Amino acid sequence: MKSAVILFPGTNRENDAIAALEQASGSKPQLVWHGETELPKVDLIMIPGGFSYGDYLRSGAMAGKSPVMRAVADQAKAGVSIIGVCNGFQILTETHLLPGALMRNAHLKFICKRAALKIENAETRFTSKYDAGQVVKYPVAHHDGNYFADSETLDRLEGEGRVALRYCDDDGVVAPETNLNGSQRNIAGILNEKGNVLGMMPHPENAIDPLHGGIDGRGLFSSMVEALS
Amino acid sequence: MKAKVYITLKNGVLDPQGKAIEHALGALDFGGVNEVRQGKMIELDIAESDEAKAKSQIEAMCEKLLANTVIENYAIELIG
Repeated sequence: MKSAVILFPGTNRENDAIAALEQASGSKPQLVWHGETELPKVDLIMIPGGFSYGDYLRSGAMAGKSPVMRAVADQAKAGVSIIGVCNGFQILTETHLLPGALMRNAHLKFICKRAALKIENAETRFTSKYDAGQVVKYPVAHHDGNYFADSETLDRLEGEGRVALRYCDDDGVVAPETNLNGSQRNIAGILNEKGNVLGMMPHPENAIDPLHGGIDGRGLFSSMVEALS
Repeated sequence: MKAKVYITLKNGVLDPQGKAIEHALGALDFGGVNEVRQGKMIELDIAESDEAKAKSQIEAMCEKLLANTVIENYAIELIG
């Protein structure tokens, strides 16, 4: 699997993304700067976390309009797989590659902890190594992770199996009290209509080494390698 | 031409920052505040001097960048 990682001014999780992609695929991803208008020919494009453009205006707003994101949108339309984590998810909603928006966490606090997540759909190129309903733990680190979409959009996402992950407790119970940040229907990650674009707030790339405190994130990367190699 | 753009959250979109301000006002004994909604205001100075053209330019700016119309409304005030 060949991959690329997009870099914006203020991105800070690129090395974690590179480490996870390299561990799973055996080859180093190519780095692409935000001003580029063309992308290398790859199977997967990852938009890592951070604070692109200092989160000015809205998280992901500036990055969403940058030259490289026009190229990413073209690649998404052509069927290339795209994964956006944290700020990457915010950027994907700002470019309208994914519906909805990520707002300030409902309790207004920055959250930095390990979160339990329920795999809602295990029949995607990103999650096939997991079982449906499985509980995994990835770290979360965000201030603007409160997923919002109108109820019609939410119903469509659910109906089409496009909710990939939800915040839950250790037993997989999805409830208001297991909702970390106020997201509508506990949504932590969603897919686009074609299933080739995934956006998620939690960080699977920070759960790939026992020293991280867990290796649950490996499944996501090995799913992609299996599907895209 | 100078203009101000007011960006506010749509009705029905929860505004946790507005809620926090509302609670803080209550804690400072300002009674009778029923609801607080927070937004932002952006000032622009653009070269276009024709009002109608200026307004349509700024509308395009709002649609493309200044507002996220999934969650936000915008209002444009031309100052001249």
